[in-house]
Amino acid sequence: MPDATFLDSTELVLNMGPQHPSTHGVLRVILKLDGEKVLGTDCVIGYLHRGVEKIAENRTYAQFNPYVDRMDYVAAVSNGLGYCLAVEKLLNVEAPPRAQAVRVILTELNRIASHLLWLGTHALDIGAITPVFYCLREREEALKIFEKYCGARLTTHAFRIGGLQYETYDGFEQDVRDFCKMFLPKVDEYEELLSNNRIWVARLKNVGILNGEECKEYGVTGPVLRAAGVKWDVRKAQPYSGYEKYDFEIPTRQNGDTYDRYIVRMQEMRQSARIMQQAVEGIAEGPILGKIGKVIKPAVGEAYVSIEAPKGELGYYVVSDGSTQPYRCRVRPPSYVNLQALDRMVRGGLVADVVAIIGTLDIVLGEIDR
Amino acid sequence: MADEQKPEGSQAPPPSGGEASGPPPKPAGDAAKPAVPKPPAAADAAKTAAPKAPAAAHAAPPKPPATMAATPWTSELANEIKERFGDRIVETSTYLGQNFVVTKPDAAVPLLEYLKLDADFDYLVDITSVDWPKRPERFDLVYIVYSHSRNERIRIKTYIPEGYKPETAVGVHLTANWLEREVFDMFGIEFAGHPDMRRILLPEEWTGHPLRKDYNILQQDDRWVQENLGIESGQ
Repeated sequence: MPDATFLDSTELVLNMGPQHPSTHGVLRVILKLDGEKVLGTDCVIGYLHRGVEKIAENRTYAQFNPYVDRMDYVAAVSNGLGYCLAVEKLLNVEAPPRAQAVRVILTELNRIASHLLWLGTHALDIGAITPVFYCLREREEALKIFEKYCGARLTTHAFRIGGLQYETYDGFEQDVRDFCKMFLPKVDEYEELLSNNRIWVARLKNVGILNGEECKEYGVTGPVLRAAGVKWDVRKAQPYSGYEKYDFEIPTRQNGDTYDRYIVRMQEMRQSARIMQQAVEGIAEGPILGKIGKVIKPAVGEAYVSIEAPKGELGYYVVSDGSTQPYRCRVRPPSYVNLQALDRMVRGGLVADVVAIIGTLDIVLGEIDR
Repeated sequence: MADEQKPEGSQAPPPSGGEASGPPPKPAGDAAKPAVPKPPAAADAAKTAAPKAPAAAHAAPPKPPATMAATPWTSELANEIKERFGDRIVETSTYLGQNFVVTKPDAAVPLLEYLKLDADFDYLVDITSVDWPKRPERFDLVYIVYSHSRNERIRIKTYIPEGYKPETAVGVHLTANWLEREVFDMFGIEFAGHPDMRRILLPEEWTGHPLRKDYNILQQDDRWVQENLGIESGQ
């Protein structure tokens, strides 16, 4: 009898996922709870493991190019850029100026598309239904440019080792200008909907704090790092593809909470549009493909090249043994490393915040599991 | 260099002929059995022709074919590292403008710690491995570190034999936790002192380590697939 008068105070284990609408893919999080309070987590990943790195070793350099699009499939262009840059580094060639400018435009456009999808779904997780419709509406415009450029909307395979896969279409520049002009006021609209919304602020402020030191400790990069006050962006720190020519800011915030990460991404979208506006004016004329042979066969050696993908530092460590196939192609996916900090962020918080925090990390499981 | 390559070329016309016609040799090996890969010794003949074949190679620095044409890396930091670790540092080199340090296996983690505490390399970018089955020290273990304040990135490499258990870096950088687990999962390198040495991407009961070169691309753990998925084969 007396037993029943006390609440059971043992640790409760709650399984979240792998099929859960707000894990943005097949992520399984095992939560250890004390009532509503999170005591610890264990992430189970690998459901989407396709052995991408193994495939790379069995394909030629050019053949592997389309595979990288399938990792972070909402930012396929960035993946392609990172891989192409890594192989170009091994070959010691550089893409011609025209290709570089178009690469920057498409990559930034992809960053906007990726952030828009994040914003829409994140808001949906929190309970705000409206933004997702607006976000997908604008994302559609970005995808239309991809479609006109290369025929694909998501897995674009836009770049080729040494330059571009395709020449731009007639009216490309105008489309990009129109997009930027249309898009910038839209960001203000999203902010109007969310930034001062009481529910939004209450759900995000001081939730999932990760400070700058912890970020470095966990190797966290991208908007999560910048929201914690660390002004670091690969595009500025080690510019590639001609980013040094463009004038843009690295938005940072100080608190490192979910709200700051939201603000940083909003500002990043504005900066991306700003970069595109600069890049689209006076795209250099000339070839779109550098001087690389028909057979891509880098000399024996290795290189690590990283870029600032929408989610953080995306690195490729490619080892060549002098043959036409990569001997080893390691992908350093930002989502994989960032997800590791989830445990630190949710500890001590509430179950409901776990959803907000997973959303704010902006992970893509295709990239984590590879 | 040129006169060194000439005899090679005239001596081995088949590889360069195969070059011109492109893929043939590759797909065959690829579909059938990449299990016998192309480590240094075996692929020597093919490699000698390599630097000449693609037009791009003209840009690459001239070098002997089978090894990386790395040049010594001299800088204040490199000297400090050498001074501090003495003969535990095998080489400090640079290739394509990227600096790397090769250490004895037991010096990698102390070096990471030294770099973090004394040289401000506070961000461990990646840990990975490369399998060279023909070599006595079978695996390259590669650490990539970056310093925010110096804006500098270096690689630390160490060569370890099969069965060697390198020390974990989790005590130095927390991010090493999952990165080492992935190396364990894919290569079967166990890290001594790791708090949670489990597979991470593949199922716990899976046998084999897929990124080893002797693991065929079509290979899988048939028993696991049959027991857990209830199908004959995943292929």
